[in-house]
Amino acid sequence: MTTVLIADESVPLVLESGQSFYPVEVVYEAYGHLNEAKSNVILLEHAFSGDAHAAGDEIDPGWWQELIGPGKAFDTDIYYVLCSNVLGGCKGTTGPSSLNPRTKLPYGASFPIITISDMVEVQRRLLDHLKIKVLLAVAGGSMGGMLALQWAAKYPHRLRAVIPIATTLKHSPQQIAFNEVARQAITSDLSWKDGQYEQDKQPERGLALARMIGHITYMSEASMEAKFARKKKTIPLGFGQKFAFEVESYLLYRGESFVKRFDANSYLYLTRAMDEFNLAGDCLFANGPLSDVHFLVISFKSDWLYPSAQSQEIVRRLVSQNVDVTYCEISSTYGHDAFLIETKEQIHLIKHFLEKVARA
Amino acid sequence: MTWSRLDHEIIASFVPTKAKVLDLGCGQGDLLSGLIKTKTVKGVGIELEEINIYFCVQKGVSVYHGDLETGLGGYGDKAFEVVILSNSLQEIRNFDLVLREALRVGRRVIVSFPNLAYWQARVDLFFRGRSPVTKSLPNSWHNSPNVHFFSIKDFIEYSRKEKINVLDSVFIKDQSQISLWPNWRAQSAVFVLDKLADNEELVSSPIFFAGSGI
Repeated sequence: MTTVLIADESVPLVLESGQSFYPVEVVYEAYGHLNEAKSNVILLEHAFSGDAHAAGDEIDPGWWQELIGPGKAFDTDIYYVLCSNVLGGCKGTTGPSSLNPRTKLPYGASFPIITISDMVEVQRRLLDHLKIKVLLAVAGGSMGGMLALQWAAKYPHRLRAVIPIATTLKHSPQQIAFNEVARQAITSDLSWKDGQYEQDKQPERGLALARMIGHITYMSEASMEAKFARKKKTIPLGFGQKFAFEVESYLLYRGESFVKRFDANSYLYLTRAMDEFNLAGDCLFANGPLSDVHFLVISFKSDWLYPSAQSQEIVRRLVSQNVDVTYCEISSTYGHDAFLIETKEQIHLIKHFLEKVARA
Repeated sequence: MTWSRLDHEIIASFVPTKAKVLDLGCGQGDLLSGLIKTKTVKGVGIELEEINIYFCVQKGVSVYHGDLETGLGGYGDKAFEVVILSNSLQEIRNFDLVLREALRVGRRVIVSFPNLAYWQARVDLFFRGRSPVTKSLPNSWHNSPNVHFFSIKDFIEYSRKEKINVLDSVFIKDQSQISLWPNWRAQSAVFVLDKLADNEELVSSPIFFAGSGI
């Protein structure tokens, strides 16, 4: 993992809101080797609770472990694969839990409002720092897919291919609603303290609840049935009940483990950025046609949080402007989680798609 | 490259070099990948079966995983020089809509389909009292993907009624082209079509003569 300072007093980051912000540090990981022409770079975009650790080893695997490595979809014998933590996150890149150098305290709720476009801007500066002009591809799922699309909208001349997975041009009211309930869970926890909590006293109950809601939306009815059915297990529930449904215990466990690795304010800032993201209409083509950019759009049949219709809308917008697109709806039962689980199909699609792009 | 299928070779002969091509019901992408290799076309397919999408992508063919039956709303008028319906028209429930849409988004449409009036099919039905099974209609009545069964003559009459111009036609029997009595002798046919404006008159072509036979 490498940390780079990409904005300071002399070159502050000008946010979409107009506000100038510094300092900004970004952390990234890299896999494979950069070729001499610097033409083999693939940028991976993590989902909202992810981080820069896309690949690792057996002890510490990355979130897209099975897709990255020699001979895999993102073949590290061929490509130089980068993954950076997003602006506003809590995994190394500057975010609400970072120390404000002026106050020597975490930013908390005084962190500026950020957008998906601001996150892309940070990555653009990282690439400039690495003297990489053109990306062979940018790929990501869920919020990562939004960043990939934003890259296309913002810098169409700096990329050759885009792989948006299980994502959308804009959140629907349903998606915003789930995010808002999660945000309410956090902000109504008294430990939130208007966002100015101490780092070891964050609103754990609210954040855990938010994550539990999230996990329900990431699964499908079929995947929950297969995973839990109506099985029970012994855990104290706190009101005299000893046996809990496995689904309850799973959600509790997921909530509890999440608060150990994620910051509540980051949750608020990142979900807000996703809700505000909107590339509908002609926004995808705001900075030029995408006639030289190839797209591979992937959705999953049982994903009701980011339904296939949203991916089909991305495709519809692209074909209406004569952009080269391949689209596949993978028949998975895993719901939105599928983009991290259904690796076999994605590996096949991505591997051959990238070969085509590299040949073109 | 030599084509392994005569119908593909015939279709390819009607596709201009570097044309923008849409293949509706492109299957595993064999025709499109052949056209990309031999004619350097800019091609894209639409295909319903997920498994076929993986074959297409493996061949470097761009493909949209979806259902033709709902129309081609995303594509603009005359967005493609050629739209191909290779052996897929007879499987499409919403025949009228899909052919109309194909003619809208393509300057030209190339269709190929099995001929129900091929003499062996007639024998099956007339003398044996059975649903026909032929080289171009290989499936039995209960497992056929086809939902429309029509002859060369049917299609010509349909074209005339719908003011669709037949620009060219080729008839196939046993991997060779024939021209005499096609509705009786051909197992399948390839037609090149375009759509007339409402005020245009049909161009009369020799095909109408050939096709109006038995």
